[in-house]
Amino acid sequence: MKHHDIVEKNIGLMIVLIIVAISFGALVEIVPQFFLKDTTEPVEGLKPLSAVQLEGRDIYIREGCHVCHTQMVRPLRAEVERYGHYSVAGESVYEHPFLWGSKRTGPDLARVGQRYSDEWHKAHLYNPRNVVPQSNMPAFPWLYDRVLTGKYTADKMKALRSVGVPYTDEDIAGAADAVRGVTEMDALVAYLQQLGTLLTYKR
Amino acid sequence: MSIFWNIWIIGLTLACIALVTWVLFANRKVAIKDDEEPENRTTGHVYDGIEEYDNPLPKWWFQLFVGTLVFTAVYLVIYPGLGSFPGVTGWTSLNQLEREQDKARDVHSEIYSAFLQTPIEELAQDNAAMKMAVRLFANNCAVCHGADGGGNYGFPNLTDKDWLYGGSADKIKETITHGRAGSMPAWGPIIGEPNVLAVSEYVLSLSNQEHDKDLAAKGSAVFQQNCIACHGVDGTGNQALGAPNLADNIWLYDGSREGIAYSVRNGRANVMPAQKDMLQEEKIHLLAAYVYSLSLEN
Repeated sequence: MKHHDIVEKNIGLMIVLIIVAISFGALVEIVPQFFLKDTTEPVEGLKPLSAVQLEGRDIYIREGCHVCHTQMVRPLRAEVERYGHYSVAGESVYEHPFLWGSKRTGPDLARVGQRYSDEWHKAHLYNPRNVVPQSNMPAFPWLYDRVLTGKYTADKMKALRSVGVPYTDEDIAGAADAVRGVTEMDALVAYLQQLGTLLTYKR
Repeated sequence: MSIFWNIWIIGLTLACIALVTWVLFANRKVAIKDDEEPENRTTGHVYDGIEEYDNPLPKWWFQLFVGTLVFTAVYLVIYPGLGSFPGVTGWTSLNQLEREQDKARDVHSEIYSAFLQTPIEELAQDNAAMKMAVRLFANNCAVCHGADGGGNYGFPNLTDKDWLYGGSADKIKETITHGRAGSMPAWGPIIGEPNVLAVSEYVLSLSNQEHDKDLAAKGSAVFQQNCIACHGVDGTGNQALGAPNLADNIWLYDGSREGIAYSVRNGRANVMPAQKDMLQEEKIHLLAAYVYSLSLEN
């Protein structure tokens, strides 16, 4: 093993070579996605989340829903049969961060929008056992009691706009008023009910 | 995919393979040779008296690496990997999905089209069909209506003969296909709290529950003025509007004094989601037959 010692004795060179070695995958598989039409253009009809839905999304993140629920229907027959149309990249272009998840303790939620009634979602979030006796999902009763103030909603929208979500000035100006007084339950349900409704597939 | 990204992906992929191959073969050679005295073939590193030999990779290990390189080459020929080159088989995850869906359709379409041609009333007697329907119900309906169709607080029981929108085969199919949106206004702000309590007492009397007769008599007037348009003069409901029968002592929500007052005061809104964009017609037909069969058994 000639010249092996050169790498072993120069830690700086070793770091550079390690970075070169491990960067190929990212350069080939990730970098081009930032520039391809398939992954950067929204699907037809995709709109940024409304102020209330946006707050609902943050509650979804706060309560850790994405830890047990994915939002990614893979193009496999069994999944398409159960959840509907497989997920496409264009549905997630306004998602920062995306909530595709990586573990399904509960079912996938990518197409849960409009599948159940608002009342069902509320009953279910209040205590899942009330509607699905064998469920092991935690209950979230406090969502009924906590009321949103809308204090940071406009700031969140501005931050999202800076990374490319097309919120208008009116959206941002009206955000606080739209959210003020809405319970966290209603916001979360509003978020859930719009999930994946742009693409349909008859199972 | 543009030419630039094609070259980028193909170039980097091949460069990576070339580099790995070079590293593998470059390390094949032993740099420090002393054939007379093999014990001297050490790198010269000494750690706590432990010396390191300059040996090549073990043969089996080396060959495993070569195996992965061969796998890579074969993979890149067969499957998409090099830019927009689709691979000789033309495989994509989507055409695999479509193939599997077509295969399933071939198996199921005959069965389902036979179901679709059978009237719901008849299909409900078909045990084989109902065995399939049970699975569909579990997947699509049980979350609200319960695994046995027995309903839940706020979600109708499908096994009894009390129907909000009608229990005929056609009505059931219509409900599943297009969904329903039941809506009772909040009467609290309109009629005032004393009238809410009075009319609740009257509703209790309709289903022969224990009630205060004087208050119920007062509530009767309120009922006649505000409630009969939907619930009917005798409170037996109206299936065209989805207004529940209040006289049968079957309750979608709470049928106690407090529960009824809550419903009157705050109103109720309940939605059955339309399935027409989610499920194929044959499956809706089969589910309608299953729901129809549930109330036959009782």
